[in-house]
Amino acid sequence: MDYDKLIPQKIRDIQPSGIRKFFDIAQHVEGVISLSVGEPDFKTPWAARKEAINILEKGKTAYTANSGLIKLRRTVCDYLKGFIHTEYDPESEVIITVGGSEAIDLAIRALIEPGDEVLVPEPSFVCYSPITAMMGGTAVPIVTRAEDKFKLTAAALKEKITPRTKLLILPYPNNPTGAVMRRADLEAIAEVLRDTNIVVASDEIYAEMTYNGEKHVSIAEMDGMRERTLLISGFSKAYAMTGWRLGYVAGPQPLIKQMLKLHQYCIMSSPTVSQYAAIAAIKKCDDDVKHMIEEYDMRRRLVVKGFNDMGLECFEPEGAFYVFPCIKSTGMTSEEFCEKLIYEKKVAVVPGSAFGASGEGFVRVSYAYSVSHLTTALGRIREFLEEHKNC
Amino acid sequence: MNTNKLLDLLRQNARLSDAELAAMLGESEDAVAKELKRLEDDGIIMGYSAIINEEKVDENGVTAIIELKITPVKDCGFDDLAHTIMEYEEVDSVFLLSGANDLSVTINGASLRNVALFVSERLAVLDGVLSTTTHFILRRYKEKGHIFNEDNFDDRGLVSP
Repeated sequence: MDYDKLIPQKIRDIQPSGIRKFFDIAQHVEGVISLSVGEPDFKTPWAARKEAINILEKGKTAYTANSGLIKLRRTVCDYLKGFIHTEYDPESEVIITVGGSEAIDLAIRALIEPGDEVLVPEPSFVCYSPITAMMGGTAVPIVTRAEDKFKLTAAALKEKITPRTKLLILPYPNNPTGAVMRRADLEAIAEVLRDTNIVVASDEIYAEMTYNGEKHVSIAEMDGMRERTLLISGFSKAYAMTGWRLGYVAGPQPLIKQMLKLHQYCIMSSPTVSQYAAIAAIKKCDDDVKHMIEEYDMRRRLVVKGFNDMGLECFEPEGAFYVFPCIKSTGMTSEEFCEKLIYEKKVAVVPGSAFGASGEGFVRVSYAYSVSHLTTALGRIREFLEEHKNC
Repeated sequence: MNTNKLLDLLRQNARLSDAELAAMLGESEDAVAKELKRLEDDGIIMGYSAIINEEKVDENGVTAIIELKITPVKDCGFDDLAHTIMEYEEVDSVFLLSGANDLSVTINGASLRNVALFVSERLAVLDGVLSTTTHFILRRYKEKGHIFNEDNFDDRGLVSP
């Protein structure tokens, strides 16, 4: 067999995720303690788990409607109305997807054809560019900077818009930087987009994890933006339901209608048990979510202080569960830093460069760990820095 | 100051520095130090101790939980006897229980024999003790929220998106 001949060039050209590459290194070092996990350390709240058990006992194991259980779609729409004050029709403007990931995939596949450009603020999650490339589109990175708190600015956006621009990915709260876009920041972006034909895929999977008092704001709330926004979110992060694989996309009917066809042929319908559990998650787990957010917030402050104290400048992230300290003062590249840290001190963090070229000089640290785990790991990083001070 | 949160953090890890506690609670280091002193002065925080996997320190050492049935005394109930027992140095903790038994006494001893002798010679003979039931701890799985296991309980991968 000549497998290479079988595989189209554009598939062969896709690079494995830089996160994945680092995972392979981490796996071969014994006794590693990790600060690299992008999922909650909490278990799914009991009310959601209990509902899943109930549903299994009742034998509700068939497919659901393609776009998901109507009851879940209604529940999601009620939630969005309360959370971001934006109304969607549960019949025609929501699809329940296999994680936020599938929603991202649907959005890009439904919109992009060869020649189209997709704007991707970086550093950001790793999937946007490869999916764009598979569709024959071009991902155009927009560099965000620490001095702007890694926010997307209107000026940077304007500079990259061309007649070919079709889609803007808006990944906030951001993985890996922890940056958030506040109302005024979004208003400035909306001002740039309102008179264009550009769609925003707003990846708000970390929306519940926004700190320092102000709640999350969605670009869909801004005047004139609902009609050009695909709001993507899910249950993985907020409800600690990563393994249930459930997310959703809400947006204007003409777009959702097209995306639903892709979803139907690829997925059929999202996992039924997960969908029932998700209804319980939204309806019964507010207190659990509140508790988790408070925990993350405490750890966030601990870790930010930890890095600043050891001399690695760390802007204060206001969302998600990552901090993104700058390691340029060590004279190492992100990859060098991470490899040395894992071999010498057995602590795994992810090089910022895995999230786009502009992540170089930074590392991503997750604080989805217990306080004791965090203090141990921070202690080792401190030792590491001291040992490398005079190198 | 959120005192409940402060106490929660200390329950999990009493070695956090004032500075770390302050960062997590969004308070100043001074305010945390002051609050800790108040909690100590008021007898809310009684002390700070480590959670130790005793089996790894001394293979032969044993911990026993001894449940006692005792006769309550007019006016002071079970207090008198509880006070006598808690004065024994060997005794680690004493609790009054609801249910079938009255007192639960925890003892750390150098050996099974040691503990058995302590029960028969010091506890069982006390006036008012009707019966004793001794349970030896054979394995510790979890204590004060800490899981005693070599295996990593984190079933998440080392690195993920």
